[in-house]
Amino acid sequence: MHSEVLTIALFTTAAALAATVVMLPPGIALAWLLARYRFRGKAVVETLASLPLVMPPVATGLLLLWLVGRRGPVGRLLEPLGIEIVFTPAAVVLAMAIMGLPLLVRTARAGFEQVTRRYEQMAETLGARPWRVFRTVTLPLASRNILAGALLGFTRALGEFGATIVVAGSIPGRTRTLAVGIYTYTETGQDARAAALLVVSVALAFASVLVANRLAHVD
Amino acid sequence: MPTDRHATEATEFELRFSLTQGSFQIATDLAAAARAIALFGPSGSGKTSILEAIAGLRTPQQGRIAIDRRVLFDTETRTSVPVRDRHVGYVPQDVLLFPHLNVRKNITYAQGRRQGRQDVDVPDLDELLGLTSLMDRRVAGLSGGERQRVALARALYSGPDVLLLDEPLAAVDLARRRLVLDALIAIRDRLRIPLVYVTHSPDEARAIADYAIVLDEGKVVAAGPPADVLP
Repeated sequence: MHSEVLTIALFTTAAALAATVVMLPPGIALAWLLARYRFRGKAVVETLASLPLVMPPVATGLLLLWLVGRRGPVGRLLEPLGIEIVFTPAAVVLAMAIMGLPLLVRTARAGFEQVTRRYEQMAETLGARPWRVFRTVTLPLASRNILAGALLGFTRALGEFGATIVVAGSIPGRTRTLAVGIYTYTETGQDARAAALLVVSVALAFASVLVANRLAHVD
Repeated sequence: MPTDRHATEATEFELRFSLTQGSFQIATDLAAAARAIALFGPSGSGKTSILEAIAGLRTPQQGRIAIDRRVLFDTETRTSVPVRDRHVGYVPQDVLLFPHLNVRKNITYAQGRRQGRQDVDVPDLDELLGLTSLMDRRVAGLSGGERQRVALARALYSGPDVLLLDEPLAAVDLARRRLVLDALIAIRDRLRIPLVYVTHSPDEARAIADYAIVLDEGKVVAAGPPADVLP
Protein backbone atom coordinates (compact mmCIF):
# COMPACT_ATOMS: atom_id res chain seq x y z
CA MET A 1 0.00 0.00 0.00
CA HIS A 2 1.24 3.47 -0.87
CA SER A 3 2.53 5.16 2.30
CA GLU A 4 0.19 8.12 1.86
CA VAL A 5 -2.82 5.83 1.64
CA LEU A 6 -1.64 4.01 4.75
CA THR A 7 -1.16 7.28 6.62
CA ILE A 8 -4.69 8.41 5.72
CA ALA A 9 -6.20 5.07 6.73
CA LEU A 10 -4.42 5.08 10.09
CA PHE A 11 -5.15 8.74 10.78
CA THR A 12 -8.84 8.30 9.98
CA THR A 13 -9.15 5.24 12.21
CA ALA A 14 -7.33 6.99 15.06
CA ALA A 15 -9.43 10.15 14.70
CA ALA A 16 -12.66 8.11 14.60
CA LEU A 17 -11.58 6.25 17.74
CA ALA A 18 -10.77 9.53 19.50
CA ALA A 19 -14.14 10.94 18.39
CA THR A 20 -15.87 7.88 19.85
CA VAL A 21 -14.08 8.38 23.18
CA VAL A 22 -15.05 12.07 23.13
CA MET A 23 -18.72 11.39 22.37
CA LEU A 24 -19.20 8.61 24.95
CA PRO A 25 -19.54 10.63 28.20
CA PRO A 26 -21.96 13.27 26.86
CA GLY A 27 -23.71 10.66 24.73
CA ILE A 28 -24.35 8.31 27.66
CA ALA A 29 -25.44 11.16 29.92
CA LEU A 30 -27.83 12.54 27.29
CA ALA A 31 -29.25 9.11 26.45
CA TRP A 32 -29.89 8.38 30.13
CA LEU A 33 -31.45 11.78 30.73
CA LEU A 34 -33.79 11.38 27.76
CA ALA A 35 -34.69 7.80 28.73
CA ARG A 36 -35.39 8.45 32.40
CA TYR A 37 -36.58 12.01 32.92
CA ARG A 38 -39.28 14.38 31.81
CA PHE A 39 -38.19 17.98 31.97
CA ARG A 40 -38.97 21.34 30.44
CA GLY A 41 -37.45 21.72 27.02
CA LYS A 42 -36.95 17.98 26.59
CA ALA A 43 -38.39 18.12 23.07
CA VAL A 44 -35.86 20.81 22.18
CA VAL A 45 -32.94 18.79 23.57
CA GLU A 46 -34.21 15.70 21.73
CA THR A 47 -34.40 17.62 18.47
CA LEU A 48 -30.99 19.21 18.91
CA ALA A 49 -29.46 15.81 19.61
CA SER A 50 -30.83 14.49 16.32
CA LEU A 51 -30.13 17.55 14.22
CA PRO A 52 -26.72 16.45 12.87
CA LEU A 53 -28.44 13.37 11.43
CA VAL A 54 -30.79 15.39 9.22
CA MET A 55 -28.91 18.61 8.56
CA PRO A 56 -26.59 18.74 5.54
CA PRO A 57 -23.19 17.80 7.03
CA VAL A 58 -21.65 20.77 5.27
CA ALA A 59 -24.06 23.03 7.16
CA THR A 60 -23.09 21.40 10.44
CA GLY A 61 -19.46 22.00 9.46
CA LEU A 62 -20.17 25.65 8.78
CA LEU A 63 -21.87 25.97 12.16
CA LEU A 64 -18.84 24.40 13.84
CA LEU A 65 -16.51 26.67 11.90
CA TRP A 66 -18.43 29.66 13.21
CA LEU A 67 -18.46 28.28 16.80
CA VAL A 68 -14.79 27.33 17.14
CA GLY A 69 -13.35 29.82 14.65
CA ARG A 70 -11.10 32.50 16.10
CA ARG A 71 -13.94 34.98 16.41
CA GLY A 72 -16.59 32.43 17.32
CA PRO A 73 -18.09 32.18 20.82
CA VAL A 74 -16.05 29.07 21.69
CA GLY A 75 -12.95 29.91 19.67
CA ARG A 76 -12.64 33.29 21.39
CA LEU A 77 -12.40 31.52 24.78
CA LEU A 78 -9.80 29.07 23.52
CA GLU A 79 -7.54 31.56 21.75
CA PRO A 80 -5.97 33.08 24.91
CA LEU A 81 -5.11 29.52 25.98
CA GLY A 82 -3.23 29.03 22.74
CA ILE A 83 -5.72 26.44 21.54
CA GLU A 84 -6.65 26.55 17.89
CA ILE A 85 -9.03 24.03 16.42
CA VAL A 86 -9.90 25.02 12.87
CA PHE A 87 -7.85 23.14 10.23
CA THR A 88 -6.15 20.94 12.83
CA PRO A 89 -6.58 17.22 13.62
CA ALA A 90 -8.68 18.33 16.62
CA ALA A 91 -11.20 19.78 14.15
CA VAL A 92 -11.43 16.39 12.47
CA VAL A 93 -12.17 14.71 15.80
CA LEU A 94 -14.72 17.37 16.72
CA ALA A 95 -16.57 17.10 13.40
CA MET A 96 -16.60 13.31 13.65
CA ALA A 97 -17.84 13.37 17.26
CA ILE A 98 -20.69 15.78 16.49
CA MET A 99 -21.78 13.73 13.51
CA GLY A 100 -21.61 10.42 15.38
CA LEU A 101 -23.27 11.59 18.58
CA PRO A 102 -26.92 11.26 17.43
CA LEU A 103 -26.44 7.59 16.58
CA LEU A 104 -24.87 6.87 19.95
CA VAL A 105 -27.60 8.75 21.82
CA ARG A 106 -30.45 7.01 20.00
CA THR A 107 -29.06 3.51 20.44
CA ALA A 108 -27.97 3.99 24.05
CA ARG A 109 -31.30 5.59 24.94
CA ALA A 110 -33.16 2.51 23.71
CA GLY A 111 -30.87 0.47 25.94
CA PHE A 112 -31.63 2.55 29.03
CA GLU A 113 -35.34 2.36 28.26
CA GLN A 114 -35.14 -1.43 28.22
CA VAL A 115 -33.52 -1.62 31.65
CA THR A 116 -36.35 -2.45 34.00
CA ARG A 117 -36.71 0.22 36.63
CA ARG A 118 -37.36 -2.56 39.13
CA TYR A 119 -33.78 -3.86 38.99
CA GLU A 120 -32.69 -0.40 40.06
CA GLN A 121 -35.27 -0.43 42.84
CA MET A 122 -33.92 -3.79 44.05
CA ALA A 123 -30.44 -2.27 44.24
CA GLU A 124 -31.89 0.62 46.26
CA THR A 125 -33.53 -1.73 48.76
CA LEU A 126 -30.07 -3.29 49.18
CA GLY A 127 -28.72 0.08 50.26
CA ALA A 128 -27.09 1.30 47.03
CA ARG A 129 -26.79 5.05 46.46
CA PRO A 130 -27.86 6.49 43.08
CA TRP A 131 -24.37 6.56 41.57
CA ARG A 132 -23.73 2.96 42.59
CA VAL A 133 -27.10 1.89 41.18
CA PHE A 134 -26.18 3.55 37.88
CA ARG A 135 -22.68 2.09 37.79
CA THR A 136 -23.48 -1.46 38.88
CA VAL A 137 -26.98 -2.04 37.52
CA THR A 138 -28.16 0.50 34.94
CA LEU A 139 -24.93 0.83 32.95
CA PRO A 140 -24.08 -2.90 32.74
CA LEU A 141 -27.64 -3.78 31.75
CA ALA A 142 -27.57 -1.15 28.98
CA SER A 143 -23.97 -1.88 27.99
CA ARG A 144 -24.76 -3.89 24.87
CA ASN A 145 -26.73 -1.00 23.40
CA ILE A 146 -24.14 1.54 24.46
CA LEU A 147 -21.44 -0.50 22.75
CA ALA A 148 -23.56 -0.90 19.62
CA GLY A 149 -24.24 2.85 19.63
CA ALA A 150 -20.55 3.62 20.07
CA LEU A 151 -19.73 1.39 17.12
CA LEU A 152 -22.37 3.07 14.96
CA GLY A 153 -20.97 6.44 15.99
CA PHE A 154 -17.48 5.20 15.17
CA THR A 155 -18.65 4.01 11.74
CA ARG A 156 -20.33 7.33 11.07
CA ALA A 157 -17.11 9.07 12.11
CA LEU A 158 -15.03 6.95 9.73
CA GLY A 159 -17.10 8.09 6.76
CA GLU A 160 -17.49 11.71 7.78
CA PHE A 161 -16.96 14.14 4.91
CA GLY A 162 -19.09 17.28 4.79
CA ALA A 163 -18.43 18.72 8.23
CA THR A 164 -14.78 17.66 8.17
CA ILE A 165 -13.89 19.36 4.89
CA VAL A 166 -15.42 22.66 6.04
CA VAL A 167 -13.91 22.79 9.52
CA ALA A 168 -10.66 20.84 8.98
CA GLY A 169 -9.94 21.04 5.27
CA SER A 170 -7.87 18.47 3.37
CA ILE A 171 -4.30 19.00 4.49
CA PRO A 172 -2.16 15.99 3.51
CA GLY A 173 -0.64 14.29 6.52
CA ARG A 174 -2.57 16.53 8.90
CA THR A 175 -6.32 16.58 8.39
CA ARG A 176 -6.91 14.43 5.31
CA THR A 177 -9.31 11.58 6.10
CA LEU A 178 -10.53 8.64 3.98
CA ALA A 179 -13.63 10.38 2.69
CA VAL A 180 -11.92 13.70 2.11
CA GLY A 181 -8.97 11.85 0.51
CA ILE A 182 -11.22 9.98 -1.92
CA TYR A 183 -12.82 13.26 -2.95
CA THR A 184 -9.49 15.07 -3.32
CA TYR A 185 -7.83 12.26 -5.31
CA THR A 186 -10.83 11.87 -7.60
CA GLU A 187 -10.96 15.59 -8.24
CA THR A 188 -7.27 15.63 -9.16
CA GLY A 189 -7.37 12.50 -11.32
CA GLN A 190 -5.42 10.22 -8.97
CA ASP A 191 -7.80 7.33 -9.51
CA ALA A 192 -5.55 4.52 -8.24
CA ARG A 193 -5.14 6.22 -4.86
CA ALA A 194 -8.83 6.98 -4.67
CA ALA A 195 -9.58 3.31 -5.39
CA ALA A 196 -7.17 2.14 -2.66
CA LEU A 197 -8.88 4.42 -0.13
CA LEU A 198 -12.24 3.17 -1.33
CA VAL A 199 -11.26 -0.44 -0.58
CA VAL A 200 -10.07 0.53 2.91
CA SER A 201 -13.32 2.47 3.56
CA VAL A 202 -15.53 -0.41 2.52
CA ALA A 203 -13.59 -2.91 4.62
CA LEU A 204 -13.62 -0.76 7.77
CA ALA A 205 -17.29 0.16 7.49
CA PHE A 206 -18.31 -3.41 6.74
CA ALA A 207 -16.49 -4.76 9.80
CA SER A 208 -17.91 -2.10 12.15
CA VAL A 209 -21.52 -2.50 11.04
CA LEU A 210 -21.23 -6.28 11.29
CA VAL A 211 -20.04 -6.05 14.90
CA ALA A 212 -22.60 -3.35 15.76
CA ASN A 213 -25.46 -5.47 14.43
CA ARG A 214 -24.27 -8.49 16.36
CA LEU A 215 -24.15 -6.51 19.58
CA ALA A 216 -27.62 -5.09 19.02
CA HIS A 217 -29.37 -8.36 18.19
CA VAL A 218 -27.73 -11.14 20.16
CA ASP A 219 -29.59 -11.40 23.47
CA MET B 1 -37.33 -27.50 70.99
CA PRO B 2 -35.20 -25.26 73.22
CA THR B 3 -36.64 -21.77 73.18
CA ASP B 4 -34.27 -18.86 73.08
CA ARG B 5 -35.69 -15.96 75.04
CA HIS B 6 -35.26 -13.75 71.98
CA ALA B 7 -36.97 -16.21 69.71
CA THR B 8 -40.26 -15.36 71.29
CA GLU B 9 -39.77 -11.63 71.08
CA ALA B 10 -42.20 -10.05 68.73
CA THR B 11 -41.69 -7.03 66.51
CA GLU B 12 -44.12 -4.16 66.58
CA PHE B 13 -45.59 -3.33 63.23
CA GLU B 14 -47.55 -0.19 62.62
CA LEU B 15 -49.27 -0.14 59.27
CA ARG B 16 -51.73 2.71 59.05
CA PHE B 17 -51.96 4.24 55.63
CA SER B 18 -54.01 4.73 52.54
CA LEU B 19 -52.66 4.40 49.07
CA THR B 20 -54.48 5.04 45.81
CA GLN B 21 -53.43 3.40 42.57
CA GLY B 22 -55.62 4.53 39.74
CA SER B 23 -59.14 3.49 40.72
CA PHE B 24 -57.83 1.04 43.31
CA GLN B 25 -57.62 2.05 46.97
CA ILE B 26 -55.76 0.32 49.75
CA ALA B 27 -56.33 1.25 53.35
CA THR B 28 -54.91 -0.34 56.48
CA ASP B 29 -55.19 0.72 60.07
CA LEU B 30 -53.28 -1.87 62.03
CA ALA B 31 -50.81 -2.16 64.85
CA ALA B 32 -49.64 -5.64 65.70
CA ALA B 33 -46.83 -7.39 67.53
CA ALA B 34 -45.64 -10.44 65.64
CA ARG B 35 -42.60 -12.42 64.52
CA ALA B 36 -44.17 -13.06 61.15
CA ILE B 37 -47.15 -11.43 59.54
CA ALA B 38 -49.01 -13.13 56.71
CA LEU B 39 -50.75 -10.92 54.19
CA PHE B 40 -53.47 -13.17 52.88
CA GLY B 41 -55.98 -12.64 50.11
CA PRO B 42 -56.81 -13.22 46.44
CA SER B 43 -54.74 -11.68 43.64
CA GLY B 44 -55.36 -7.99 43.26
CA SER B 45 -56.32 -7.56 46.90
CA GLY B 46 -53.40 -5.20 47.53
CA LYS B 47 -50.89 -7.52 49.25
CA THR B 48 -47.93 -6.59 47.07
CA SER B 49 -48.72 -2.89 47.29
CA ILE B 50 -48.48 -3.11 51.08
CA LEU B 51 -45.01 -4.71 50.82
CA GLU B 52 -43.95 -2.03 48.37
CA ALA B 53 -45.21 0.70 50.65
CA ILE B 54 -43.12 -0.71 53.51
CA ALA B 55 -40.08 -0.95 51.21
CA GLY B 56 -40.62 2.63 50.05
CA LEU B 57 -41.25 1.72 46.43
CA ARG B 58 -44.79 3.15 46.66
CA THR B 59 -45.72 6.28 48.51
CA PRO B 60 -49.00 6.30 50.43
CA GLN B 61 -51.11 9.45 50.16
CA GLN B 62 -51.31 9.61 53.91
CA GLY B 63 -50.55 7.63 57.03
CA ARG B 64 -47.73 6.11 59.01
CA ILE B 65 -45.52 3.04 58.72
CA ALA B 66 -43.25 2.00 61.59
CA ILE B 67 -41.40 -1.17 62.48
CA ASP B 68 -40.24 -1.59 66.07
CA ARG B 69 -40.95 2.11 66.60
CA ARG B 70 -38.60 3.04 63.78
CA VAL B 71 -40.71 5.36 61.66
CA LEU B 72 -40.24 4.71 57.93
CA PHE B 73 -43.05 6.91 56.74
CA ASP B 74 -45.27 9.49 58.35
CA THR B 75 -47.24 12.15 56.55
CA GLU B 76 -47.82 14.07 59.76
CA THR B 77 -44.11 14.66 60.41
CA ARG B 78 -43.35 14.58 56.67
CA THR B 79 -41.04 11.64 57.16
CA SER B 80 -40.19 9.32 54.31
CA VAL B 81 -37.00 7.35 54.82
CA PRO B 82 -35.27 6.79 51.44
CA VAL B 83 -35.54 3.25 50.10
CA ARG B 84 -31.81 2.62 50.57
CA ASP B 85 -32.00 3.48 54.28
CA ARG B 86 -35.10 1.48 55.18
CA HIS B 87 -33.12 -1.72 55.89
CA VAL B 88 -35.72 -3.99 54.39
CA GLY B 89 -34.89 -7.26 52.68
CA TYR B 90 -37.37 -7.29 49.82
CA VAL B 91 -37.89 -10.43 47.75
CA PRO B 92 -40.46 -9.69 45.03
CA GLN B 93 -42.43 -12.49 43.46
CA ASP B 94 -40.30 -12.47 40.30
CA VAL B 95 -37.19 -12.30 42.57
CA LEU B 96 -35.33 -9.96 40.15
CA LEU B 97 -31.84 -11.38 40.49
CA PHE B 98 -29.38 -9.14 38.66
CA PRO B 99 -28.99 -10.98 35.33
CA HIS B 100 -25.47 -9.69 34.69
CA LEU B 101 -24.03 -10.90 38.00
CA ASN B 102 -23.34 -14.46 39.12
CA VAL B 103 -24.89 -15.97 42.24
CA ARG B 104 -22.13 -14.87 44.61
CA LYS B 105 -22.12 -11.29 43.33
CA ASN B 106 -25.89 -11.14 43.57
CA ILE B 107 -25.81 -12.29 47.17
CA THR B 108 -23.04 -9.92 48.20
CA TYR B 109 -24.44 -6.92 46.31
CA ALA B 110 -25.29 -5.13 49.55
CA GLN B 111 -21.62 -4.83 50.51
CA GLY B 112 -20.80 -2.49 53.31
CA ARG B 113 -24.26 -2.37 54.82
CA ARG B 114 -24.47 -5.08 57.42
CA GLN B 115 -25.20 -2.99 60.47
CA GLY B 116 -28.73 -4.35 60.62
CA ARG B 117 -30.08 -6.39 63.45
CA GLN B 118 -27.95 -9.34 62.43
CA ASP B 119 -24.51 -9.77 60.94
CA VAL B 120 -25.07 -12.33 58.28
CA ASP B 121 -22.11 -14.00 56.63
CA VAL B 122 -22.03 -15.81 53.33
CA PRO B 123 -20.99 -19.11 54.99
CA ASP B 124 -24.01 -18.82 57.33
CA LEU B 125 -26.28 -18.31 54.35
CA ASP B 126 -24.65 -21.23 52.56
CA GLU B 127 -25.52 -23.49 55.39
CA LEU B 128 -28.98 -22.08 55.89
CA LEU B 129 -30.02 -22.11 52.27
CA GLY B 130 -27.80 -24.81 50.74
CA LEU B 131 -26.19 -22.53 48.20
CA THR B 132 -22.57 -23.75 48.23
CA SER B 133 -22.69 -25.50 44.89
CA LEU B 134 -24.40 -22.54 43.20
CA MET B 135 -22.04 -19.73 44.14
CA ASP B 136 -20.22 -19.41 40.81
CA ARG B 137 -23.21 -20.16 38.58
CA ARG B 138 -24.86 -17.61 36.33
CA VAL B 139 -28.37 -16.76 37.45
CA ALA B 140 -29.87 -17.51 34.03
CA GLY B 141 -29.55 -21.25 34.52
CA LEU B 142 -31.09 -21.48 38.00
CA SER B 143 -34.37 -23.26 38.77
CA GLY B 144 -37.27 -21.46 40.41
CA GLY B 145 -36.39 -22.79 43.85
CA GLU B 146 -32.72 -21.91 43.45
CA ARG B 147 -33.56 -18.38 42.36
CA GLN B 148 -35.81 -17.98 45.36
CA ARG B 149 -33.07 -19.11 47.76
CA VAL B 150 -30.48 -16.84 46.13
CA ALA B 151 -32.88 -13.89 46.37
CA LEU B 152 -33.45 -14.69 50.05
CA ALA B 153 -29.71 -14.85 50.66
CA ARG B 154 -29.21 -11.53 48.87
CA ALA B 155 -31.88 -9.88 50.99
CA LEU B 156 -30.45 -11.39 54.21
CA TYR B 157 -26.88 -10.38 53.43
CA SER B 158 -27.87 -6.73 53.71
CA GLY B 159 -28.66 -7.31 57.41
CA PRO B 160 -32.30 -6.24 57.15
CA ASP B 161 -34.55 -5.21 60.03
CA VAL B 162 -37.41 -7.00 58.33
CA LEU B 163 -37.85 -9.40 55.42
CA LEU B 164 -40.60 -8.67 52.91
CA LEU B 165 -41.49 -11.81 50.98
CA ASP B 166 -43.92 -11.86 48.07
CA GLU B 167 -45.29 -15.37 47.42
CA PRO B 168 -41.87 -16.93 48.07
CA LEU B 169 -43.05 -20.46 47.33
CA ALA B 170 -44.98 -19.70 44.14
CA ALA B 171 -42.08 -20.52 41.79
CA VAL B 172 -40.75 -23.39 43.90
CA ASP B 173 -41.70 -26.92 42.86
CA LEU B 174 -43.77 -28.89 45.35
CA ALA B 175 -40.92 -31.19 46.37
CA ARG B 176 -38.75 -28.28 47.52
CA ARG B 177 -41.37 -26.12 49.21
CA ARG B 178 -40.76 -27.71 52.58
CA LEU B 179 -37.04 -26.93 52.24
CA VAL B 180 -37.60 -23.22 51.59
CA LEU B 181 -40.28 -23.01 54.25
CA ASP B 182 -37.91 -24.56 56.80
CA ALA B 183 -35.25 -22.04 55.80
CA LEU B 184 -37.74 -19.21 56.36
CA ILE B 185 -38.66 -20.55 59.78
CA ALA B 186 -34.95 -20.75 60.62
CA ILE B 187 -34.52 -17.14 59.52
CA ARG B 188 -37.43 -16.12 61.71
CA ASP B 189 -36.27 -18.04 64.78
CA ARG B 190 -32.50 -18.35 64.50
CA LEU B 191 -31.62 -15.03 62.88
CA ARG B 192 -34.65 -13.43 64.57
CA ILE B 193 -35.55 -11.40 61.54
CA PRO B 194 -39.26 -10.62 61.40
CA LEU B 195 -41.13 -11.48 58.23
CA VAL B 196 -43.97 -9.99 56.27
CA TYR B 197 -45.16 -12.79 54.07
CA VAL B 198 -47.56 -12.45 51.14
CA THR B 199 -49.45 -15.60 50.23
CA HIS B 200 -52.78 -16.85 49.00
CA SER B 201 -52.32 -20.22 50.66
CA PRO B 202 -53.85 -20.49 54.15
CA ASP B 203 -51.60 -23.49 54.89
CA GLU B 204 -48.44 -21.48 54.21
CA ALA B 205 -49.78 -18.58 56.24
CA ARG B 206 -50.46 -20.89 59.19
CA ALA B 207 -47.05 -22.56 58.90
CA ILE B 208 -45.04 -19.34 59.03
CA ALA B 209 -47.06 -16.55 60.62
CA ASP B 210 -48.24 -15.75 64.12
CA TYR B 211 -50.41 -12.90 62.85
CA ALA B 212 -52.48 -12.77 59.69
CA ILE B 213 -54.07 -9.94 57.80
CA VAL B 214 -56.85 -10.93 55.42
CA LEU B 215 -57.29 -8.54 52.52
CA ASP B 216 -59.95 -8.18 49.92
CA GLU B 217 -60.06 -5.46 47.28
CA GLY B 218 -57.69 -3.28 49.24
CA LYS B 219 -59.52 -3.54 52.53
CA VAL B 220 -58.57 -5.38 55.68
CA VAL B 221 -61.44 -7.78 56.28
CA ALA B 222 -59.89 -9.59 59.25
CA ALA B 223 -56.70 -9.49 61.30
CA GLY B 224 -55.44 -11.58 64.19
CA PRO B 225 -54.00 -15.00 65.03
CA PRO B 226 -53.96 -17.23 61.90
CA ALA B 227 -56.11 -19.87 63.59
CA ASP B 228 -58.87 -17.33 64.14
CA VAL B 229 -58.91 -15.37 60.92
CA LEU B 230 -57.79 -17.73 58.15
CA PRO B 231 -60.26 -19.93 56.31
